[in-house]
Amino acid sequence: MARVLVGVKRVIDYAVKIRVKPDKSGVVTDGVKHSMNPFDEIAVEEAVRMKEKKLASEVIAVSCGPAQSQETLRTALAMGADRAIHIEVAGAEYETMQPIHVAKILAKLSKDEKADIVIVGKQAIDDDSNQTAQMTAALLDWPQGTFASKVEKTDSGLTVTREIDGGLETIKTKIPAVISADLRLNEPRYATLPNIMKAKKKPLKKMTAKDLGVDLTPRIKVISVEDPPVRQAGSIVPDVDTLIAKLKEGGHI
Amino acid sequence: MINSLTLFVTYIKNFKVLNQVRCASQVLPQFSSEKYKVKRKPFGTIEASDVDYFKTVLSEDRVLTDDNDVLPFNIDWIKNCRGQSKLVLKPKTTQEVSTILKYCNQKRLAVCPQGGNTGLVGGSVPVFDEIVLSFMLMNKIISFDEISGALICEAGCILENLDNYVRERNLIMPLDLGAKGSCHIGGNISTNAGGLRLLRYGNLHGSVLGVEAVKADGTVIDCLKSLKKDNTGYHLKHLFIGSEGTLGLVTKVAIHCPALPKAVSVGFFGVEKFEDILRLYANAKSSLGEILSAFEMADNDSISSTAKNLKLPNPISDYPFYVLLETHGSDEAHDSEKLTRFLEKEMESGLILDGTVTSDPAKMQTIWNLRENIAAAGLVEGYMFKYDVSLPLRNYYSLVPLLRQRLGAKASRVYGYGHVGDGNIHINVIVPKYSPEASSMLEPYIFEEVAKLKGSISAEHGVGFRKPQFIHYSKDANALQLMQQLKQLMDPNGILNPYKVLPEI
Ligand SMILES: Cc1cc2nc3c(=O)[nH]c(=O)nc-3n(C[C@H](O)[C@H](O)[C@H](O)COP(=O)(O)OP(=O)(O)OC[C@H]3O[C@@H](n4cnc5c(N)ncnc54)[C@H](O)[C@@H]3O)c2cc1C
Ligand SMILES: Cc1cc2nc3c(=O)[nH]c(=O)nc-3n(C[C@H](O)[C@H](O)[C@H](O)COP(=O)(O)OP(=O)(O)OC[C@H]3O[C@@H](n4cnc5c(N)ncnc54)[C@H](O)[C@@H]3O)c2cc1C
Repeated sequence: MARVLVGVKRVIDYAVKIRVKPDKSGVVTDGVKHSMNPFDEIAVEEAVRMKEKKLASEVIAVSCGPAQSQETLRTALAMGADRAIHIEVAGAEYETMQPIHVAKILAKLSKDEKADIVIVGKQAIDDDSNQTAQMTAALLDWPQGTFASKVEKTDSGLTVTREIDGGLETIKTKIPAVISADLRLNEPRYATLPNIMKAKKKPLKKMTAKDLGVDLTPRIKVISVEDPPVRQAGSIVPDVDTLIAKLKEGGHI
Repeated sequence: MINSLTLFVTYIKNFKVLNQVRCASQVLPQFSSEKYKVKRKPFGTIEASDVDYFKTVLSEDRVLTDDNDVLPFNIDWIKNCRGQSKLVLKPKTTQEVSTILKYCNQKRLAVCPQGGNTGLVGGSVPVFDEIVLSFMLMNKIISFDEISGALICEAGCILENLDNYVRERNLIMPLDLGAKGSCHIGGNISTNAGGLRLLRYGNLHGSVLGVEAVKADGTVIDCLKSLKKDNTGYHLKHLFIGSEGTLGLVTKVAIHCPALPKAVSVGFFGVEKFEDILRLYANAKSSLGEILSAFEMADNDSISSTAKNLKLPNPISDYPFYVLLETHGSDEAHDSEKLTRFLEKEMESGLILDGTVTSDPAKMQTIWNLRENIAAAGLVEGYMFKYDVSLPLRNYYSLVPLLRQRLGAKASRVYGYGHVGDGNIHINVIVPKYSPEASSMLEPYIFEEVAKLKGSISAEHGVGFRKPQFIHYSKDANALQLMQQLKQLMDPNGILNPYKVLPEI
């Protein structure tokens, strides 16, 4: 049976209104409600279902980030992960942490923990990079099944249905492999009360990037973060003729 | 890739469900006057010269006469009532409201004030050809004092817009309800709306600091102080809170906004039987104390049909009853410690069978969504009889099984849900199609039962058009007489929202 490693990232909750810092160096995170990246919830759910179907022996949740990432890990534990590893990255180092760093950490841990399958969300909803799964696979030299909307275990490995532009693609991979979870893969559960209580007692190991020999020096510099353009207010026109005239005037038709 | 993300976001931000449901059924309801056999009172009828006059008071685009334009103002939210108005006026200022009313009073033209038209007792739509006076353009915020929390605004401000505005300034509106995206603060005040957090923040008689209103003859009554204390003379503002547009039109509002809670949690639990909900409520009050902000219940039918009809996820499995509990506090660690202790205790006691608890805003929203959409979800199944009653807690749920038994196969569904903390239950009875027989099996039976239990036949939705003939089940003859006298004093010609609230004498 496979051991599954799942990456979970703590991001600003998707119901929260995002504010750009006045100096445009990033977005305001202080005092802002965070929760697990939605695509990572799907990844956790998939791993837990594998365990429930006895396809996986153990589910390990990993999060790289500040101390509060432990709350995100507790959520993963409450959903059914067996144990958690917190790679503490805080302050300035966290602000410049990139997918390449996370991928290196996940790759190293996969080897150390003898994981057979790594599942991560296809992207984090904060920086939208969509790189971690691919980089992790490359670093490990494992096959990858990205944007998965269905994962089935077969004797020889995995059959993964991928969401591609305009349709679906089915691929077969051997194990070990890296999977990235897309929206339709599953509907993640709500942690139940008994499991929330149990999660408080499940093992959570704390480590640093240094322990794993991963250098967190940034490779990319963020120059400026901008608000999207404000949508212009609409106006009501009296009739169809005026509407057409206006559309022509604006060069839309 | 971007597409699936957008889809994801729209899926979870399922806010527009309400409107989808509304638009789902396209059949026009029967005219209220025919359905409920009402006779028109001898008011004036609108003539071309009246319309011309209103066009001089308001700009032309704020005087609607086209049938298609007027139609939505004639039909209420649950599509139960339909009026026959031919004229909608959209004033922008108190002065315009005053000028309109003065004219209408002189010409004995009846007026139906309308806010967001989410009222559930047919009060917000005309019965015959009353002029609809819509507050939708009176939507400006006048002032906001971040220290005292006093917000002053016009009556037509949408509740959710106000809440967003004050939230950016670290305060919240003292009320919240499923209709917040459409209902107006003026409508809330006119119906004395209760809602989801009355338990914590009290009702509008407490949080409304002041009101500006226009009497039937056009006189402007300025009680728009934003003071917490003002014991000078009679407390007139209370006359406009809950009088459903029959004593005067509310044009401006001063309201007290409490602090934005820094820590919020929502729990959703499965419970075996109704008695357990009461015990859980008592325990929640004593264990959670000041942080308890909502305690709502729903029976299995409410939740399962809402999840099914509106394709909303139910975060936990099937249970006979559900409880939604919310906490508002100022310290996450403190609140979560208290909440955890409470949950552990009640799981052990067996009052909570299972459930979930979360502080993630998006997850909390999904849970609230399920609760708030119960009202809407029934609409897609057939015709809905909707009751909103207050009962002593011991008897809170007792009418639901009684009605199930009484209606038998005639009802496709009878379910109860509501604000347990306030002793207020909503009972929806769904029948495949409206029929006077079904109606007569329910009314006045349900009101008689409520009266026997010393409850109220209308807890928070008001009396409106649908319940004046039943008001006596909750108010005695002397109280009703005083109400009639007040009405006579403030609106001698009876032009304000006729056929509503008070029974014919
Ligand atoms: C999904 C849903 C959930 C709801 N949940 C709740 C709830 O939890 N608690 C609750 O109490 N109610 C609830 N309601 C009922 C309703 O939303 C409230 O009563 C609301 O306060 C009505 O506001 P409105 O602006 O839509 O008023 P309208 O429906 O337009 O009018 C309601 C009454 O007030 C009068 N009126 C409106 N504006 C004025 C004014 N400016 N001056 C004088 N009279 C005026 C109208 O003539 C009418 O009699 C719910 C309704 C829906 C559709
Ligand atoms: C030391 C002290 C401290 C005080 N502190 C406060 C304070 O902090 N806040 C505050 O608001 N007030 C305060 N007061 C004022 C006073 O105590 C309150 O107004 C109190 O509510 C009056 O109650 P009472 O029974 O003494 O009424 P009374 O003084 O007997 O009467 C007050 C008024 O009510 C009428 N009245 C009395 N009973 C009835 C009835 N049953 N039906 C109809 N009318 C009736 C009387 O005719 C009179 O007009 C204080 C007074 C003192 C002496």
